[in-house]
Amino acid sequence: MKRIITATVNNSSGVLNRVTGMLARRNYNIESITVGHTENPAISRMTFVVVVDNQRSIEQVIKQLNKQIDVLKVSDITDESIMSRELVLIKVFSCPQQRAEIAAVINPFRATIIDVGKESVTVQVTGDQQKVEALIDLLHPYGIKELARTGITAVKRGHKVTNAEERVVLIN
Amino acid sequence: MSTKLRKKQAVASSEKQMMKGSKMLIEALKQEEVEVLFGYPGGAILPTFDEIHQDGIRHILARHEQGAVHAAEGYARVSKKPGVVVVTSGPGATNVITGIADAMMDSLPLVVFSGQVATSVIGTDAFQESDVMGLTMPITKHNYQVRDVNELPRIIKEAFHIATTGRPGPVLIDLPKDVSIETGLFDYNQEVNLPGYHPTIMPNKLQIRKLVEAVSSAKKPIILAGAGVLHAGASEQLLEYAEQQQIPIASTLLGLGAFPGDHELFLGMAGMHGTYPANMAIYESDLLISIGSRFDDRVTGNLEKFAPNAKIAHIDIDPAEIGKNVETQIPIVADAMEALKELINQNGVKGQNSLWNEELKHLKQEYPLWYKEDPEVIKPQQLIERIYEKTNGEAIVTTDVGQHQMWTAQFFKFKKPNRFVTSGGLGTMGFGFPAAIGAQLAEPKTPVIAFMGDAGFQMTLQELSLVQEMKLPIKLVIVNNSSLGMVRQWQQLFFEERYSNSLVPVQPDFVKLAEAYDIKGFRVDHVAHLDGAIEEMLAHDGPALIDFRVADKENVYPMVAPGKGLHEMIGVKPE
Ligand SMILES: Cc1ncc(C[n+]2csc(CCOP(=O)(O)OP(=O)(O)O)c2C)c(N)n1
Repeated sequence: MKRIITATVNNSSGVLNRVTGMLARRNYNIESITVGHTENPAISRMTFVVVVDNQRSIEQVIKQLNKQIDVLKVSDITDESIMSRELVLIKVFSCPQQRAEIAAVINPFRATIIDVGKESVTVQVTGDQQKVEALIDLLHPYGIKELARTGITAVKRGHKVTNAEERVVLIN
Repeated sequence: MSTKLRKKQAVASSEKQMMKGSKMLIEALKQEEVEVLFGYPGGAILPTFDEIHQDGIRHILARHEQGAVHAAEGYARVSKKPGVVVVTSGPGATNVITGIADAMMDSLPLVVFSGQVATSVIGTDAFQESDVMGLTMPITKHNYQVRDVNELPRIIKEAFHIATTGRPGPVLIDLPKDVSIETGLFDYNQEVNLPGYHPTIMPNKLQIRKLVEAVSSAKKPIILAGAGVLHAGASEQLLEYAEQQQIPIASTLLGLGAFPGDHELFLGMAGMHGTYPANMAIYESDLLISIGSRFDDRVTGNLEKFAPNAKIAHIDIDPAEIGKNVETQIPIVADAMEALKELINQNGVKGQNSLWNEELKHLKQEYPLWYKEDPEVIKPQQLIERIYEKTNGEAIVTTDVGQHQMWTAQFFKFKKPNRFVTSGGLGTMGFGFPAAIGAQLAEPKTPVIAFMGDAGFQMTLQELSLVQEMKLPIKLVIVNNSSLGMVRQWQQLFFEERYSNSLVPVQPDFVKLAEAYDIKGFRVDHVAHLDGAIEEMLAHDGPALIDFRVADKENVYPMVAPGKGLHEMIGVKPE
């Protein structure tokens, strides 16, 4: 199962190394990691997507992260009401005649074409994993030349969501 | 000078003064009441060694950095104070890697200072540069590189705090040469402020109550005591609790001494070379209470077959140990002492385990540890057992790694805490001898005996110089089976007696070796001379090295073969 873990950490040199080194050495399967400052420049926030077999493993990941002196707080936010986003750049093969078609395909995803070359266009899309992957699937038939993903970053919502709101999340 | 006096002087001179980094280091060590440093000088750490010279703080010059760090470990294990190590950059630092990893595995508090090349050339493959931060990150509780001399006091204070609190462990401070020469403000009165580090000391009352209830309804309870009891200094509480509740006790290798080895509730060591009663009791138990042990694979055997009917309660100061290897029903994150005190206070209803205790008593009588004596050849077990008897079990004992280590764990019944110094988690050959030096320095008046294999001793024997220099009255017992005994045993049992590289055809003359260092040395190769030799060794009031020639194909039994469960021991009785 996939879990989304966030950690606030001291923004000290080597902290990313500490955390990723620990996860690798303890044999955890990390799908993505994002890191950046928080509102406090002395503190960074990391978001991990971890693939584990069971609940016990995820507890171990959290405990091992907590054990690092530079790690301040760890949460498994998978089951919380969260907003998660990933930015993806997709370079798709496209002859000039196909550009309009691609533009139409990406439009409902609020994706944009940010570069146009002789035989390719580059699409930028932001969203949660489901949305991003749906778009990648749709673009596959055109031929994907290059793909760059940032990995997921996430925060908890400011208030509890209802189901109706959740639906809004899916399409925006 | 007494440490108290030293500290006072240090305080007086430490009121926010400007000073060089190297001097800060020494001042901070005095504030921490450090009595002795273990180390080896070299280019990048020379400013610090100059300060050591000028100050006169005690420094033990090992003959190899590995010797220094193992000595610091032995010192820490016995004194329960942090061992402090000072080495140079590059090869000095890489030479302490083994010891740091060892201390990490066995939760020993060390503060290691490694010199580093100047900050301006870090990252350029400068002379004697190595990425000590990267190298030690996975084997330290925490590590620091000092980039600004003004941060040095805070970093040292944090290092000592981290090394000695919670689950103890090694902390390394990488000190670039320029930082140690620069001048900055020394202020050691700041509070330690580590928002990411708050070890849980007090147990959760609800969980304690759960355990009390579990004990009350248990028919087959057992306590597995680990080194956490020793780190917490909770031996007395363990004894009181076990007696109050009449719960039998098994120990891990590193937990030996936490509970009196001759007590009627004591079943012996558990695990691969543990006793049959201890292992069977764990296998059959309906309530297993682990206190400060981490369910290492050498203790559990095959996890699938581990304590299949037991409810597991686990008391540990490190939450990450709970549930790591064994699923736990009653997790208690706490210092072992606080948890035990709380359990004693609760004074719960005793379980219905008198029948179980009787059964185990019989098992103990039925399956004692065994070996067969020989009319001529000294048996290694016999050697250790005789030394145990002749010292009344009062000595501090260190071991190296291998068969002799297991035999010591089996036949030396430790009655008091912090008397047994051994490398458990990492299983580091070369540990036993330098660790004995550190142990003797921690307790100059207590007899120290180092049991060593003929192979492991040769890994760090250069430290004989140190014994010679300080005339430390350590007794070096070489359990000489002319082989890498433990390796040979595994090859005999699991590789059809193909003794690849485990029989040692050539050895130094250990007696002459001792004499070369002006240490009393002699050889014993017949049972008839065994007792006399032991007495002579113990009576000698200086260092002595004895080459005990023992049976060369003896195996450590009983044994849980790899992949087997604790109940599937072989060699439980003489064939
Ligand atoms: C540094 C290191 N290298 C290798 C080993 C693997 N090993 C474990 S026991 C052993 C044999 C030790 O032989 P000896 O020191 O003579 O002790 P004995 O087993 O004979 O008592 C070896 C090679 C180890 N534990 N540590």
